[in-house]
Amino acid sequence: MNFYGLVDGSESSLKNFLKQLSGVDQVGADARAAMLATRSIKTTSKRWAIDTAISMVDLTTLEGADTAGKVQALCTKAVRPDPRDSTVPSVGAVCVYNDMVQIARTHLDLIGGHHVPVAAVSTAFPSGRASMAVKIQDTNDAISAGAAEIDMVIDRGAFLSGRYLKVFEEIAKIREVCGDRAHLKVILETGELVTYDNVRKASYLAMLAGADFIKTSTGKIAPAATAPVVLVMLEAVRDFYAMSAKRIGVKPAGGIRNTKDAIKQLVLVNETVGPEWLTPQLFRIGASVLLNDLLMQRMKINNGYYSSSRYVTID
Amino acid sequence: MSFEYAPAPESRALVSIKPTNGHFINGKFIAGTKHFPTINPATEEVLSKIALGNKTDVDAAVKAARKAYSSVWSKMSGKERGKYLFRIARIMQERAREFAVLETLDNGKPIRESRDIDVPLAAAHFFYHAGWADKLEFAGLGTSTKAHGVAGQIIPWNFPLLMLAWKVAPALATGNTVVLKPAETTSLTALLFAQVCQQAGLPAGVVNIVTGNGSTGALIVNHPGIDKIAFTGSTEVGKIIARAVASTNKSVTLELGGKAANIVFDDAPIDETVEGIVNGVFFNQGHVCCAGSRLLLQENIADELIAKLKVRVAKIRVGDPMDKNTDLGAINSKEQLLKIRELSAIGEREGAERWSPGCTLPRKGFWFEPTIFTGVSQSHRIAREEIFGPVLSVLTFRTPQEGIEKANNTPFGLSAGVWSEKGSRILWASQQLRAGVIWANTFNKFDPASPFGGYKESGWGREGGRHGLSAYLKGIGDE
Amino acid sequence: MSNRIDVKKTYKLFINGAFPRTESGRTYEVKSANGAFVANPCLASRKDLRDAVVAARNAQISWDSATAFNRGQILYRIAEMLEGRREQFVDEIILLTGVAKSKAQKEVTESIDLLVWYAGWSDKLTSLAGATNPVAGPYYNFTIPESMGVVGVIAPEIPALLGFIDAIAPVIVSGNTCVVIASSKAPLCAMTFAEVLATSDLPAGVINILTGKKDELAPWMASHMDIDGMDITGISSKNEGELRRAGAENLKRIFTFKKAEPARILAFMESKTVWHPIGL
Repeated sequence: MNFYGLVDGSESSLKNFLKQLSGVDQVGADARAAMLATRSIKTTSKRWAIDTAISMVDLTTLEGADTAGKVQALCTKAVRPDPRDSTVPSVGAVCVYNDMVQIARTHLDLIGGHHVPVAAVSTAFPSGRASMAVKIQDTNDAISAGAAEIDMVIDRGAFLSGRYLKVFEEIAKIREVCGDRAHLKVILETGELVTYDNVRKASYLAMLAGADFIKTSTGKIAPAATAPVVLVMLEAVRDFYAMSAKRIGVKPAGGIRNTKDAIKQLVLVNETVGPEWLTPQLFRIGASVLLNDLLMQRMKINNGYYSSSRYVTID
Repeated sequence: MSFEYAPAPESRALVSIKPTNGHFINGKFIAGTKHFPTINPATEEVLSKIALGNKTDVDAAVKAARKAYSSVWSKMSGKERGKYLFRIARIMQERAREFAVLETLDNGKPIRESRDIDVPLAAAHFFYHAGWADKLEFAGLGTSTKAHGVAGQIIPWNFPLLMLAWKVAPALATGNTVVLKPAETTSLTALLFAQVCQQAGLPAGVVNIVTGNGSTGALIVNHPGIDKIAFTGSTEVGKIIARAVASTNKSVTLELGGKAANIVFDDAPIDETVEGIVNGVFFNQGHVCCAGSRLLLQENIADELIAKLKVRVAKIRVGDPMDKNTDLGAINSKEQLLKIRELSAIGEREGAERWSPGCTLPRKGFWFEPTIFTGVSQSHRIAREEIFGPVLSVLTFRTPQEGIEKANNTPFGLSAGVWSEKGSRILWASQQLRAGVIWANTFNKFDPASPFGGYKESGWGREGGRHGLSAYLKGIGDE
Repeated sequence: MSNRIDVKKTYKLFINGAFPRTESGRTYEVKSANGAFVANPCLASRKDLRDAVVAARNAQISWDSATAFNRGQILYRIAEMLEGRREQFVDEIILLTGVAKSKAQKEVTESIDLLVWYAGWSDKLTSLAGATNPVAGPYYNFTIPESMGVVGVIAPEIPALLGFIDAIAPVIVSGNTCVVIASSKAPLCAMTFAEVLATSDLPAGVINILTGKKDELAPWMASHMDIDGMDITGISSKNEGELRRAGAENLKRIFTFKKAEPARILAFMESKTVWHPIGL
């Protein structure tokens, strides 16, 4: 076995690889993220950033109370976020639980949203506490139902207890299940990994095992997509590209609730890994309420006055 | 389309600049006789005319300071003195945006830095020292501490307001009165500070500001009515001052030049190290006495680190200092620009490899691209002389001992940086380095509670913290 | 009772733990308080000074890196050795200054006690003069005093022994090494004290002692670029300005002192402030 010529899939090769990674100084990473947060994005660049951010949103509903009606409404909004303005781009994807995939896919196709993919959270989301057979089944079900993107969770317990091979093999297995049928996003749940050193290690484990995207969080744990965590993950994909010539995407999810936060994320991307990553193919933002704030800010730029939540749809 | 940041200029309308300025003596603005222009180094626009302080002006300022010292300030309790400092700190915070804009216009530094660093830190210095004013007997310098009297203070152009705060706040807290001369090219925030003193109701003569050039500074240094000299600037001028006061009873503190080594070991946290190197030498256009201008890389990581560093430096945003997204602003003066150019040319001639990202620089004003020299050795002039600009000299070492020896191989000793994730190595290196400030896994951090100052030819004494107080209180050699 | 001829001592310099003669071959005459010939000590030259500075510089790093406990013990050891030879010092003080025996005894006693006092400072200075500074950010920040390097000392003319001890002890206790120009009129105590040092576990080069003319040697000392600080208490005040001007060339820290106090130790120390982030 050979993974990008970097590891051979054995426990020792993984441990050696992770060991040679540079540490992350928390204070330094926080300071860099805070400095980038001072970037002032105005006028033309703000307009561009808002539309780009909209196109990157994985419009998400992940609740036990989700119903077919709720998911269908979400799909309608995903395709045409502002019913009064057709120049607003569709979002990056709709992100739902496994059993809602088919409902979402059918509805999207029905309303002309063939171009909007459905992402399914998978592998016993959000805890990941299930047998491998269940995780594989979960993934297969989602893909069969029409999911083009699988958002899997890693086994944080295994990671924290140093069983990196287990984490790696699970990801590699789900990668195999996805095959060419679906993109694989690997959720690190950075809030449970706690340290930036762990975030960096987990990012590499996921990338080596075949992730197309690395994603911060399930949205069920705080803190989620903090700026320094995203910074560390962006550094990882930047350096991994230099090693492997493979571009891995990054998806912050959770806690990005307004336009300012979203633009800060784009600035992080722009100044850490570069403008090539500023595309929905390589950067997504997992969110629900964010979209409405983006729409209201967009109206403000277009109209010159502040909008109201009355003019954006609640779902 | 890529993500180009549209201009995000801070508003210039926040400040009104008088066409002609005078001195601030005995609580009043006094018209000068001769004047010289002060310009915005980013545009070469003349901002205002500054009075050239002469003997009459300095005499008047010293006289006012002496009178204020003997009749008011030395008689006031520390508790009351402290309250004036608290007031000053508050007003500086209230007018922070105004100070930041004025500083950036006059100095050329990015508004982000004047707004986020210079001005808040200046106010913090007044807050910190305000609290000392009634606690001096607990500072470990004896129970009956005594002020010197009149302090003559001469400050540089790189952090005009912040250096004023470093000087004025401890002087006032310890009970001295002040005659301060701002740098020739950057007087405007000092004059705005004079207005703050007025608003704070500070007794007349406690702070006097005489603007001018080196000749005005010399008048202060040599004035018989001055008890204490505090100077921040070049080592060259520091030595002139040391000689000038050799036969007098004046107490002296000097904050002088540096050529700080920033040592990177092979186990350093690499991304934060790259940030630290950038912050170390490109902060404030490299116009920093403690700038990490000598990068010492352990050989086994040198190539990787230089590659990462270049990628990062290429992202530095050079241009209009008033733009909130600017990282590197204008060089403060034409004179300084020529000096940076000259030393860089020497670096090339001596065989070091010069690299810059190739930024487009504004046509007017004084600009210098961030520049990295690799293949530098200890004997190159760019590894020994203070360039005081955005120029980094990169050297390598093989063993930790060699790294330290190279770092210490300089007459300077102001600051140094160490990067390693290994605790014992950090402590070892911090112990071995002969410098007054060691930044370990960080760089260019300042705080009023943290003493700052150099070993060897980088100066005499400390500023900030409990240690900084002794500079303004009588002690050894001050009888 | 036979008239035995005394075996007299040749007074030499003390450099790098050895007792060389001056390279210049010059001596000068020292007389007793009543005008009788006593000895021909060395009239040290600028080259002797140069050699002494080299010795002091070479000794500095290892002396500085000795533990404070160890330095304190060595200073105490010097006091022990001095105590054992107190009669010799009493005699020399009486011989050269003509003071009463009780006064000479008092000076020697005070000298011994002063050494013991300074010895005890070695491992307390850092706690007293250091600080942990509460900076506004996630950083651990502390300040510690460190030795300055090589210090030039011009010892006072009198009291010959006590003044000498008061000049050298505060300099070396913190980890500095020194070159001392002894009292010109009464150099015997200093040179006999070198014999005490030689038997006190003090590493070679930590204290180097020259005898001769202060006016000749002091300017060379002040202009020497490898000397970091100077105690010029023993020079006449009219020459202070000249020395300070010469010392400005490398910004020497130059002081005069009036009494023994901890500030005297700290005068030849530098404060170093270290920052380190605090994070996960």
